[in-house]
Amino acid sequence: MPGRSRLLLQRGQEGEGGALMKPKLGVFSFTSCEGCQLTILNLEDQMLDLLGAVEIVNFREAIDDRRNDYDVAFVEGSITTPEEVEEVQAIRGRAKILVAIGACATIGGINALKNRHDLATTKQKVYGDGARHFPSEPTRRVRDVVPVDYEMHGCPIDKIELVRVTKSLLLGQIPLPSEHALCTECKQRVNVCLYDKGICCIGPIVRSGCGAICPAFGEACVACRGFLSHPNIASMVEILKSKGLSRAEVEDRLTQFNSLTPVDLSPYYLS
Amino acid sequence: MKGYEINVHHITRVEGHGNVVVNVRDGRIEDLRLEIVEAPRFFEVMLEGRKWDEAASITARICGICAIGHTMASILASEDALGIVPDEETKLLRKLLIDGETIQSHILHLYFLVAPDFFNVGSVIPLAGTHPEVVKRALRLKKLGNEICEILAGRKIHPIGVLPGGFARWPLPEEILRVRKILEDARPDLEATVELFKTLKMPELERKTEYVALKAPGEYAFYTGDIASSLGKVTPPQTYLDRISERVVSHSAAKHVKAQAESYAVGARARLNINHEMLRPWAKGVLKALGLKPPLTNPFHNNTAQLIEVLHCYENAIEMCDELLARKGYVHRMKQPTKYGRGAGASEVPRGVLFHDYTLDADGRITKANCIIPTGQNLANIEADMHTLVGQMAGREPQEIQRGLEMLVRAYDPCISCATHFLEVRFV
Ligand code: SF4
Ligand code: SF4
Ligand code: SF4
Repeated sequence: MPGRSRLLLQRGQEGEGGALMKPKLGVFSFTSCEGCQLTILNLEDQMLDLLGAVEIVNFREAIDDRRNDYDVAFVEGSITTPEEVEEVQAIRGRAKILVAIGACATIGGINALKNRHDLATTKQKVYGDGARHFPSEPTRRVRDVVPVDYEMHGCPIDKIELVRVTKSLLLGQIPLPSEHALCTECKQRVNVCLYDKGICCIGPIVRSGCGAICPAFGEACVACRGFLSHPNIASMVEILKSKGLSRAEVEDRLTQFNSLTPVDLSPYYLS
Repeated sequence: MKGYEINVHHITRVEGHGNVVVNVRDGRIEDLRLEIVEAPRFFEVMLEGRKWDEAASITARICGICAIGHTMASILASEDALGIVPDEETKLLRKLLIDGETIQSHILHLYFLVAPDFFNVGSVIPLAGTHPEVVKRALRLKKLGNEICEILAGRKIHPIGVLPGGFARWPLPEEILRVRKILEDARPDLEATVELFKTLKMPELERKTEYVALKAPGEYAFYTGDIASSLGKVTPPQTYLDRISERVVSHSAAKHVKAQAESYAVGARARLNINHEMLRPWAKGVLKALGLKPPLTNPFHNNTAQLIEVLHCYENAIEMCDELLARKGYVHRMKQPTKYGRGAGASEVPRGVLFHDYTLDADGRITKANCIIPTGQNLANIEADMHTLVGQMAGREPQEIQRGLEMLVRAYDPCISCATHFLEVRFV
């Protein structure tokens, strides 16, 4: 990933008077539901430890102070307006490490559904004549706009992963993202595969890390963590076709969160 | 003090991005706005062309704080459009989830966003040093709501398997017992919370306005109900378009100091004002002990109403667990669609009544969608209260007025990321 060389955050740097300085964290939010930053506030059991280990200097949802001397920036949300482009560039300029958190930021997520429609018509439909007051651009991931050091996937991000990644960052390490299919976690969790209940799931092409939480609660995975780097699309589509899904239904599953990673289905539908 | 300007860029400790702008010249308010500057998200358009069974999952992402509320309004609208009538057990479990979310959301607001104002600090973080017991209690209580939802639906933020027709996975009896135990164990923390909030004095502000909330027979309506107003009418959710009108307000053409009498309030205070007789006993008792008699006309008492609702939801959740546990031998089966048409649903989410409305084509795909968000409905009312407050505080230092305004906006617990289309909604 870009920017890796300039990461290494040193824990316990000496500050004035020899006191140990805690790394400073900023949390920023762009076009999103704010569910990922809420996941940070939901670390009830680890919150006091976290506050002991890092200094939160910028977190609009939770604190009044807003300083710009952060070492690590957690960035939530997709980039969808000119103002957001400028802001995320400024954040990149200040932060030593920039972590994109959540599907909106890492793969576009639900926000990318917007790109499947004509933007001018969309604005007109929602705002009518007031449309001109609301600048909006096609949805982009954070890494489409600035270099990103780590991507924490999920909609929302996973608490356990959040703690693990934060710890690694504090130790000056950047963990590697998972390249195992969701099915491996699903098996570890001894879920009954949804196919055995007659439900189609695209877990075989999805990046793991969530503990296969959706299959565990009876729902098919819709790839909120994005696809594997080299997904076996051909056999996935064959399976879905063999279960009777139409081309449109296959497309639904591949696009709900991943409209920015289009899959060309035409080779599999020759008719 | 003749003139001053207040310009709060991105007010803190609220959901989403909003600005407070006030301009007073020669003692007259020339400009007063709560600007909503969150990037637009266009959910109504994003839903177009999607299959009905994706709607709940997509619309939950309107807001991470009230994801369960959006899921409920979405499945109620879908069930109306699909001709599905959920069974009683499904409704009980849905109500239990709503109690969990309401407790979580209100506790987050009261302890993390509001309390710092009363302790004169900028956030909850300094309180961890000065009042560790308060912060630890806040974290425990917040976790309570989250845990309930996690046990029953995998996650509190974007619940899993909560679908039109029922639940993809029905919880085991021991899981419901666990939820019940977690609730029971929280009682001392709630008692301490009541004691704490008894000591916080809400600022004074009185302004008559209209209150809108759902009303359902025999209960304090959260899950669903008919649209009720303090001005009298009660009509089914499907009539929402006849009762409210939306209009686009540009944030630059803000000279409109519009007819404020047309505004109305939704949320905890509105619900309490309309449904207080249906509160469960503990909640009712504390309301009385606080010396408050509905209607609560001071907007700062939205905070108090949230506290009362936390107690109500707590008692209600235990009741829901008992009812579910009493239904031994119940086997859950998802109900299937019987038609594809148009449907609307209304549910009370932490910040007020929420409407979803979908039209489906013959393939079950959405051709038209509309969502009306509580914060959008409150905007005009918040601005009207801001006017009253600025008038009431005339002659005070601008910083003090600014602080008062921020506290006022915060009291409404606005959820700006929710206000996907910043339309003001007026009640007619
Ligand atoms: S990734 Fe999901 S949970 Fe996170 S901000 Fe985006 S929509 Fe919300
Ligand atoms: S349920 Fe989905 S994720 Fe789990 S094993 Fe089956 S296909 Fe894989
Ligand atoms: S199972 Fe799939 S959709 Fe669900 S959280 Fe995991 S990656 Fe996301």
